[in-house]
Amino acid sequence: MGVQKTALYDLHKSLGAKFVPFAGYEMPIQYKDGIVKEHISTRTHAGFFDVSHMGQFFLEGDETLVEALEKIIPSDLKSLKVNHSKYSFLLNDDGGIIDDLIVTKTKKGFCIILNAACKENDIKHISKFLDKNHKYLLNNDLSLIALQGPKSVEILEKLTPGVSQLKFMTGNYFSYDSERLYITRSGYTGEDGFEISISNKKVKNLIDFLMKNGVKPIGLGARDTLRLEAGLCLYGHDLNEKINPVEANLKWAIAKKRKEAGGFNGWSKIKNLLTNGSEKIRVGIKPEGKVIARENTKIFSSNGEEIGFVTSGTFGPSVNGPVAMGYVKSKFSEIGTSVQLEVRGKKYEGKVSELPFYKKSYVK
Amino acid sequence: MSEKKFSKKHEWVSLDGDIATVGITKHATEMLGDIVFVEVPDAGKSIEKEGQAAVVESTKAASDVYSPISGEVTEGNKAIADDPGSVNGDPEGTSWFFKLKIKNKGELDSLMSKEEYDKFCKENPN
Repeated sequence: MGVQKTALYDLHKSLGAKFVPFAGYEMPIQYKDGIVKEHISTRTHAGFFDVSHMGQFFLEGDETLVEALEKIIPSDLKSLKVNHSKYSFLLNDDGGIIDDLIVTKTKKGFCIILNAACKENDIKHISKFLDKNHKYLLNNDLSLIALQGPKSVEILEKLTPGVSQLKFMTGNYFSYDSERLYITRSGYTGEDGFEISISNKKVKNLIDFLMKNGVKPIGLGARDTLRLEAGLCLYGHDLNEKINPVEANLKWAIAKKRKEAGGFNGWSKIKNLLTNGSEKIRVGIKPEGKVIARENTKIFSSNGEEIGFVTSGTFGPSVNGPVAMGYVKSKFSEIGTSVQLEVRGKKYEGKVSELPFYKKSYVK
Repeated sequence: MSEKKFSKKHEWVSLDGDIATVGITKHATEMLGDIVFVEVPDAGKSIEKEGQAAVVESTKAASDVYSPISGEVTEGNKAIADDPGSVNGDPEGTSWFFKLKIKNKGELDSLMSKEEYDKFCKENPN
């Protein structure tokens, strides 16, 4: 399989995008404005992101589908209402995270948004738990556009009246340009916003509308700085198959009912960790000064013991300074703990910091 | 000051007596994008031609800055370390990286003129 392109590839090109290979796709990392301006315009106005490389995976089935999915997803899918979404993960036998995802209840089953780099493998994993009565489809005829930022709601309301009524992590169908769009109020930036599922044929019209309303295109570069300021994990960096939800500090995403009742992959291990705590845990790290502690930077305690490593680190334009997250031994995870970060052979001061670095403004 | 000379690694150097001023080119800043961190060498440090001398980081990645000429550092530009974003504004002027007392002026002969450098950038767009 060669390099894939989304339906908007030519549009990105015409907007002056710089492309990078990402998960087998040629994706825009930035446009003419550059990462910092794109980041700020998302936080102060609104930006759109082509995230069509992500998997839009649809499942249909009866209650046995719920049971099958609950074996690998630790959400309370039984109680999930139609058009409501949850952040969750696919777990392996050891409780390791195969992928993180958003699962939405549909009338006939579920829609799961999967990471681009993981989607093929995820589907193989999920399908092992399904039976003949369950139908599934990775819909490659659909694009996915994230519209993020404080002005998103008033702009999208003009196109699809009623979207302003959606609460965070819920969705619904809206009609536009003689087709049905599925829109959820969600995102990956720490801002209010929406994710719009639309056919590849009509997506260009949607983008024309957004750009006429002053919405700027935003590349993967700013997507990364925005999500890191918001304290959100990036699979393959902050999360992987060897890390479980307790270590990832994501135990909030395991439904209370499921923590007690179990019945999902890795539960006995996760239950033990929920009670006793894990050896290491994901924390925010704020380097002092300007030095950027990038992925794989070693973290030391104030007395020189190596205690962990950075999994994501960059410059946060809204924080106006460096931000990072990583894993440290749990006893060093308290907010405010002084740490040292080894960058190019030199040690720099930093502190374990509260996440997010930048306060969210979701509409609940 | 002498006319600027340019390296294939996108540094510029200009000479005033035996003091060379070194910075990164406008083309380099355009490739890097928003510059968010700069580390410049301290005075007294000896650097060989093409040796690692400074660090520049954009939102995307960290890159080394090499010295196009050998010498002993007389000054690092603290102003750009304090305000890294200023390098995007005036990379070939006020946002120089460091000054060196040079040993061998002849080392400049292997560097490119402005015209040669512009041509080099066109032929090597990345």
